[in-house]
Amino acid sequence: MQPLLRMQGINKSFAGVVALSSAGLEIAAGEVHALIGQNGAGKSTLIKILTGVYRKDSGDIEFEGAPLNAQSPREAQDNGIATIYQELSLVPLRSVTENVIMGYEPRTRFGFIDWKAAHDRTREILSGFGIDIDVTRPLGSYSTAIQQLTAIARAVSLNARLVIMDEPTSSLDDREVETLFGVVRGLKARGVSVIYVSHFLDELFHICDRATIMRDGQTVAVREIASTTKLGLIADMLGRDPEEIAAAGMTDLGGGKGEAGELLLDARNLSTRRMLRDVSVSVRKGEIVGLGGLLGSGRTEAARAIFGLDRLSAGTVSTHRTPAGFSDPAEAIRGGVGFLTEDRKAEGIVPEMSVRENMTLALLPALAGKFSLDRAREEEIVKKFVDALGIKLASIEQPIRELSGGNQQKVLLARWLALEPDLLILDEPTRGVDVGAKFEIQSIIREYVEKGVGVLLISSEFEELVEGADRIVVLQDGVSVTELRNPGITEEKLIGAIAQSHEGAEA
Amino acid sequence: MTDQAQTPSPQSRSLAMNGFDWKRLSRHGGLIALALLLLINILITPNFLQLQTLFVNISQVATIAIVAVGMTLVIATAGIDLSVGAVMAVAGALAPLIFLSDFAQANPSLGLALSIAVPILVALVCGLFNGVLVAYLGVQPIIATLIFFISGRGIAQVLTNGNLQTFSHPGFSYIGTGKILGLPFQGWLVLVIAVVFWWVVNRTMFGRRILAVGGNEKAARLTGTPVRRVKIGVYVISAGLSGIAGLIVVAINSASDAARIGNLMELDAIAAAVVGGTLLMGGKAPIFGAILGAIIIQLVKYTLLANGVADEVALIAKAGIIVLAVYVQQGRKE
Repeated sequence: MQPLLRMQGINKSFAGVVALSSAGLEIAAGEVHALIGQNGAGKSTLIKILTGVYRKDSGDIEFEGAPLNAQSPREAQDNGIATIYQELSLVPLRSVTENVIMGYEPRTRFGFIDWKAAHDRTREILSGFGIDIDVTRPLGSYSTAIQQLTAIARAVSLNARLVIMDEPTSSLDDREVETLFGVVRGLKARGVSVIYVSHFLDELFHICDRATIMRDGQTVAVREIASTTKLGLIADMLGRDPEEIAAAGMTDLGGGKGEAGELLLDARNLSTRRMLRDVSVSVRKGEIVGLGGLLGSGRTEAARAIFGLDRLSAGTVSTHRTPAGFSDPAEAIRGGVGFLTEDRKAEGIVPEMSVRENMTLALLPALAGKFSLDRAREEEIVKKFVDALGIKLASIEQPIRELSGGNQQKVLLARWLALEPDLLILDEPTRGVDVGAKFEIQSIIREYVEKGVGVLLISSEFEELVEGADRIVVLQDGVSVTELRNPGITEEKLIGAIAQSHEGAEA
Repeated sequence: MTDQAQTPSPQSRSLAMNGFDWKRLSRHGGLIALALLLLINILITPNFLQLQTLFVNISQVATIAIVAVGMTLVIATAGIDLSVGAVMAVAGALAPLIFLSDFAQANPSLGLALSIAVPILVALVCGLFNGVLVAYLGVQPIIATLIFFISGRGIAQVLTNGNLQTFSHPGFSYIGTGKILGLPFQGWLVLVIAVVFWWVVNRTMFGRRILAVGGNEKAARLTGTPVRRVKIGVYVISAGLSGIAGLIVVAINSASDAARIGNLMELDAIAAAVVGGTLLMGGKAPIFGAILGAIIIQLVKYTLLANGVADEVALIAKAGIIVLAVYVQQGRKE
């Protein structure tokens, strides 16, 4: 049978950097097709080329048997390709009906909008998905799931032949996910195809027929979901041999406790409303504990919960100084904990402020005298860290936004080191910095650990975890499933543990 | 690597392309405008170089300047305070009610103290109300302060039954008409307030935190900044300063008209802050810039009025200044 969509030999570079290299994708009619891969594998670039957001450098796209070269998202939509984004492009204050029929309103004889027909049509579309709601109420008064489903309903009402869902479940709770799955099955039953992009591999086994796996800008495998396993998918994503992973993962898991060093952090059975379900992790003095896992496994969320940024719905956090945990970051900082965020731009730097002001932001209470901040001491501390960390700048009064990424990251690291913390939570400390700065940052971390600081390290780079961490707690879908300890951790063993625990969780 | 840190900033590069020095213009634009205004006035305005002219302008600019300082702090947190004029009206309506009361007539000095302290206290409570709406209930600042913008003046008029209160009270009038070293009292007050808040912004933890909240709220929270308390703080300060300004207006006029005190003050204060270099997206709090902005706005008003231009036209001129200031700000950003 002729496929609905066939993309072949797609190439795309951004300013000389290859994003896609001879990538392909084939979707059959009425198929739910997963598109998976690590961050940077090229999934979203491929999707954006399909939907007309980007132009391909070369390659062929065939849709419903005819060549397709969408120049804009609107053109893709007119051709029957609808995209449901994570951030919904709907109007929350207008009614459900208006959102569904926007731009395609039924008219009365006199050219006015025929509201009765519009409501009826909307109700009919939604009930086709098993949703029965008051379509005259504002869309914003319904849950995210309903809003998402409305977006899908709109897509279907525009006679979409292919619906692309990008991480559709990332902000849904379990019940809402079920509703969404129902809708996806409904689409399939009508012969509409779905491209399903998700980091949650479990979901794929519930609703997908096939999966295309991408790695480094290439399509590396197409699998029948029914005849593969999560281990197999992960092996494809990471480019490893599944048997090797399985074999490596079987040995040397866990191990006895009993190293020296005072217990600094003991987090038990953490769960939050959204992501975490049961995470336990402890850190001792002078120890680097890694959090391993795929994207979406709850690593950052665990760190945020420990630091008091997100509210716990269950579980306990205790540190050696504060047995009751923290209700906000200020308390955590007073308790000797620092948290280097993974998102330097959005949550790290204050761009207009100087390097000096950025570095001492968390230290202010210690610098505050009776009437004013101790400027002399502030400058002394800042200069000390600029020298110690080798931060390249013109002056400490220079706005931080003018520094390179690596130097900004060092300033943010110094922000926490200046507190002389007992425990540092480092979320992707070397992301987006050049190789030289990366090495320097790693050796700074090591130096402080040798002085007795405990580190909770999150990194998507397995190498960094494997070489840096004394222990690695492996997370999967918000649950800490196992623990590896050095010496003896290899990349294969870590990958194996991530995959193994997937299999284990299913059993 | 070293050279990377010293590469020209985007601004200086863009100026090379535009052939126009936005950065320098926006840094010294205020002073240039002030110099131009003075020059024009000396040339065309009759009796401009009289001491009396100076006094009139100082007493007029004082209220704008005082309110603009508070406004600058609020805008620095990426907020805005529309309620300043209404808070002035409430404070201004309360003061005569207190010192004209029987109790105050019987206890003159206590009455005077209360007639200053109570209105300011009430103003602070108004600020607390604004701050809580913004910080705890997450209401957008423009909406949160719009509530008091509308209701505050109503409250003031209800307090006074809509009557114009006139009085003769030398003690209270000192706020508006007193002189120290030959210069109006409120001029000195502006100076003190400006120095104090310059100090707060540049030398204290609270000031640093104001700029952090406006500069990147998420980063501020992550570094332990009590974001909510900082926000409440700036609205309370803004309202307190508005209260003081309300008292000054009443003292100058020896009369209190709840319908007119602080009318359109929010626009003057925002204009002064913007002309002074405050970024509306937050993160900057140039206190003396706001004072300079207030002086410029006042001088433009004075120039037009002293040369017989109608008040309505003066309003249009003011709008022009704001547009120009924002334009220069945009130029600096790019």
